[in-house]
Amino acid sequence: MGMTITEKILAAHAGVESVRPGDLINCRVDIALANDITAPIAIRNFRKINAKKVFDRDKVVLVMDHFAPAKDIASANQIKFVAEFAEEQEITHFYDGAEMGVEHTILPEKGIVGPGDLVIGADSHTCTYGALGAFAAGVGSTDLAAAMVTGEAWYKVPETILFELKGKPAKWICGKDIILYIIGMIGVDGALYKSMEYSGDMISHLSIDDRFTISNMAVEAGAKNGIFHADDITKEYVEGRFQREPVYYESDADAEYFQRIVINGDELEPQVAFPHLPSNTRGISEVGEVRVNQVVVGSCTNARYSDIELVANLIKGKKVAKKVRMIVIPSSPAIYSRAMKNGLLEILIDAGAIISPPTCGPCLGGHMGILADGEKALTTTNRNFVGRMGSTKSEIYLAGPAVAAATAVTGKISSPEEIV
Amino acid sequence: MMKGKAHIFGDDIDTDAIIPARYLITSDPDELAKHVMEDADPDFPSKMQRGDLIVAQKNFGCGSSREHAPIAIKGAGISCVIARSFARIFYRNAFNMGLPIFESDEAADKVSAGDEIEVDMDSGVIKNLTKNEEYRAAPIPPFMQELIRSGGLMESVRKKIGS
Ligand code: SF4
Repeated sequence: MGMTITEKILAAHAGVESVRPGDLINCRVDIALANDITAPIAIRNFRKINAKKVFDRDKVVLVMDHFAPAKDIASANQIKFVAEFAEEQEITHFYDGAEMGVEHTILPEKGIVGPGDLVIGADSHTCTYGALGAFAAGVGSTDLAAAMVTGEAWYKVPETILFELKGKPAKWICGKDIILYIIGMIGVDGALYKSMEYSGDMISHLSIDDRFTISNMAVEAGAKNGIFHADDITKEYVEGRFQREPVYYESDADAEYFQRIVINGDELEPQVAFPHLPSNTRGISEVGEVRVNQVVVGSCTNARYSDIELVANLIKGKKVAKKVRMIVIPSSPAIYSRAMKNGLLEILIDAGAIISPPTCGPCLGGHMGILADGEKALTTTNRNFVGRMGSTKSEIYLAGPAVAAATAVTGKISSPEEIV
Repeated sequence: MMKGKAHIFGDDIDTDAIIPARYLITSDPDELAKHVMEDADPDFPSKMQRGDLIVAQKNFGCGSSREHAPIAIKGAGISCVIARSFARIFYRNAFNMGLPIFESDEAADKVSAGDEIEVDMDSGVIKNLTKNEEYRAAPIPPFMQELIRSGGLMESVRKKIGS
C-alpha cells in the first residue's frame, strides 16, 4: 500500500520505512516556532525541568507579533522575557522591532521553512507551511517546550481527506474563497484530527500566496495539516530563498484516503463567512445588505504582497466609504517596503485607508482596530468567533481581499464587480 | 475519583470563548481563572465551584493553540471536561498539562445542567448521581495514560535529559 505525502514526511522524520494512520510516532523536527504569547509558557516549562540548552539554536524560531509593538506594560514584559531567553540561548531567528512581522508570513519568506520539512509551532496557524509541501502543525506551549529541548515531538499519524480542485477558478476567486467554500461544506470539525491534501489541475492556477491562504485555514476545519505537492510555482518560490535543501515528497498513486472531495472551479463565487463561525459561509450573491464599520486587510491568512496589490488595484482612484475604517496591515517588513516602493501604500492612503505596521493586531483582538459594542467588520483574517476582534457584541465577517476592497468602498459587504 | 456539578456548553466552544485574547498578557493560572469561559457565559466564573465539571458537545477547544485555555480551566478548579469530541490541539494540551478530559457521546446527550457527576479516571466510567445513570467514555490511549503517569510531558522530557 502506498503512502500520502503527509505519511511520507512523518515516516522520514520518525526514521521508519512506512507509517499508517493511527500510528503513534516520535519525530525529529526541523523547525520549532513560538510567539510572544506562547513562548513565555514554553520557556517556563523549559526552566522548570532545568533544561540548559535548546536542541539547536538555528532551529528554534521566536517571533514577536501578537501584541507587538507592545500594546501595554504586561505585553511589553512578555516580549522582554522572550527576548532575554533568545539572547541567553543565542537564538539565530528571533524577530522583534524592525524585523517584526506575522510569523507565518516571515518564516517562508525568509526561507526558514521549506518543502519536506517537519515544522512544529506553538501557534495553531503553523499549518500555513503545508503550502510548500511541508508537514506543519500547531501545538501548545508544552509540546513546543519539549521540542525545544529534545528536537523531537510525538504525533499520531492522521487519516487524509483528498480535495481534488478541478478546472479554472472563476473570476475573482482566490485562495480564501476556495478554503471558505470548503470549510462551509465540511464544517469547523469536518477534518478533525485529519490531514487535508490538495490535488487537481486548478492548483497550477493558484499562486503560492493563494496556497498559503488555503493551508493556513486547515485548522479552521479542525485539521492537523493542509498540504500541497510542490510544483514549478513552489520551486520558483523556494529556490534562492530556502536556507536548507528542499526535499520534494509526492503521494503514491495507490495511497489510501479517508475521503475524496471534488471542488469545481466554475461552481465557485466569492465567499463570505458570517458570524460567528468560519463555516457559516455564503456566496457573495446571497449576502444581502450588511453595512460595516471596519474593513481589515491583514493577518497570516491574507496580507501578503499579492493581497495588498489586489486591494490597491481595485481601490485605486476611489474612496473608502464615509464612516468606514479601513485598516491595511502588510504582514512583513519586506511586504511593507515593497508595497511602499511600488506605490501601493500611497494608493491606499489616498483612498483613505490606515496603514498599520506588520503585526497580528486586531486579528485576535489585540490592538490596532478593536471593535466596539454592536460594530461589524469585514476582514481578511481567519476567525470570526464571538469577541475575536473586540467586543463580544461585535460581529465579524470573513472574506478575501477582493471583497474587502469592494466593501471598503461601498460601506456594505460587496462583490468586487460592484466597484470595477 | 472526581465529583462535582455539571455545567453545560454547546458545540464548537472555541478558545476565544474559553479565555479571550484580551487576557493573554499573562499566563498566571489564578489571573486567567477569573475569566474562564467568560465569553461563552459571563456568569460562569462567579457561579462555578471548585470540583465542578464542564460537559460540552462537539469540537470543544477549537481555534487557537493557546495553552492559556486549559490553564484557565484547571486554574479555576474544574475537575474535568467531558465532551462529544475535542479539537486536536486542545486535546494534546490537556494531556500534556494534566487536565483530565473524556470523550463521551452518552454523557453529552444525557447530562443536564446542575447534575451531580462522578468520574472514575481509570475506568472512564461516568456516573450521573442525580439521574442515577452510568455512561462510558472513550478509553484513553495507552500512550496518553503513560504521559499522565509520568506526570505530564515535561516530566517525561526531564527523565530523558536526566536533569
Ligand atoms: S495573524 Fe491572527 S491568526 Fe495569524 S498568527 Fe497572528 S493572531 Fe494568529
